[in-house]
Amino acid sequence: MAGAALLGGVIWRTAKVIGLQDETATARSLTLDLRDWPGHIAGQHVDVRLTSTDGYSAIRSYSIASAPSINGRIEVTIERLPDGEVSPYLTQNIAVGDELEVRGPVGGWFIWRPEQEEPIQLVAGGSGIVPLMAMIRSRFSAANTAPFRLLYSVRAPEAILYRDELQALSNRRDSVIITYAYTRETPKVWSRPPGRIDAELFATDTWPSSVRPTNYVCGPTAFVERATDLLIAVGQDRRMIKTERFGATGVQK
Amino acid sequence: MAIVSRGFSGRRSASDALLPPGQHLTTDFPVLSAGPTQHIPLDRWEFTIDDGSNVLNRWNWKSFRELPTERIAVDLHCVTRWSKLGTSWEGVSLDVLLAGMASDLPYAMFRSYGDYTTNLPVKDLINKQAWIVFKYDGEDLEAEHGGPARLLVPHLYLWKSAKWVKGATLMSEDKPGFWESLGYHIYGDPWQEQRYSGA
Repeated sequence: MAGAALLGGVIWRTAKVIGLQDETATARSLTLDLRDWPGHIAGQHVDVRLTSTDGYSAIRSYSIASAPSINGRIEVTIERLPDGEVSPYLTQNIAVGDELEVRGPVGGWFIWRPEQEEPIQLVAGGSGIVPLMAMIRSRFSAANTAPFRLLYSVRAPEAILYRDELQALSNRRDSVIITYAYTRETPKVWSRPPGRIDAELFATDTWPSSVRPTNYVCGPTAFVERATDLLIAVGQDRRMIKTERFGATGVQK
Repeated sequence: MAIVSRGFSGRRSASDALLPPGQHLTTDFPVLSAGPTQHIPLDRWEFTIDDGSNVLNRWNWKSFRELPTERIAVDLHCVTRWSKLGTSWEGVSLDVLLAGMASDLPYAMFRSYGDYTTNLPVKDLINKQAWIVFKYDGEDLEAEHGGPARLLVPHLYLWKSAKWVKGATLMSEDKPGFWESLGYHIYGDPWQEQRYSGA
């Protein structure tokens, strides 16, 4: 049944931190090495469990940022939330060689498979880019040439995750078409003043509805609500819009 | 045996004791939906109950709102790990909607505008355990949270409380709905931590 491959397993596995990379001033990627990792599909997430010496544990869900691979390694990117319980630890304290526990992969809806050939519209708000980056990386690692577009709304240029990698990818043939939309601060020379995503942006910088893309939208709730309304307003089929909402919950910390 | 995370102490709060395993408290009201928010005009809204071949009962907004209502204060537990305590709702009990229905079929598949589905045993719908709610905190339920009307089954994970409901099909056997087909638990009891199928 379709569900089976989506489960990967619900057991906790030990993961060793084998790489750390700061992506922005507040976000860090962790490369984890997992024994017996069943593999994942781009868009899925994992549960991460931290346990203190007295047995207290905290669990959070994080999207996988890396493309599927068979080497048992995954990358997650974590945004530090100012009064978070878990994210400050994962972005500031954890070191290469440390171990934590991981369960998953989880999620069978907000996923992109390399077998998909239809045009893809990705819409990211802030760190909502993470599962979409997994889709982009999955597309390149599978040498899939489906037409991809990314609309990435971000506070300021220095808040862009994976900036160099996205730049390199967009310079390739069969590239992903990338549009950045800045909400607070733009680069020095930039045609669109800073502001929220709007109808004009979607009219010019997303696929026309005639190409019938599948749309993946990920970001904070208010962003996703606005982005899906704008996609529907430019004529996208609401049944072809998949969403993942997070943030401002007081919990994903 | 859990791996101890060097230097991690975490934060505990007294209210954690009231929560199902693996849940955290929120005072916000997060939104989780698989797709776009549905906007259903009240003059087009209807709710039907069928047995797979015949419609057993049907309400439009007017006849639905003429049914007796209840105010409910309940705790909510979302599979994405947030819990919210003491939420207040107003709605029509499934006891009222199912009353006098000529069916002893033991399962139900709820259907929503936007094609979401979720399955529940009928025994979890009766005896003051489930409602179709249309007010939250004294106000009309916002579309973002499932308005004009959503199912509320607070003793199960919140994905069972389908937003934008438009009907239920009674069934002789249990069948997975939307999330239940995508790796989530067929029943979803938060106190048993039934998040994922196979757990």
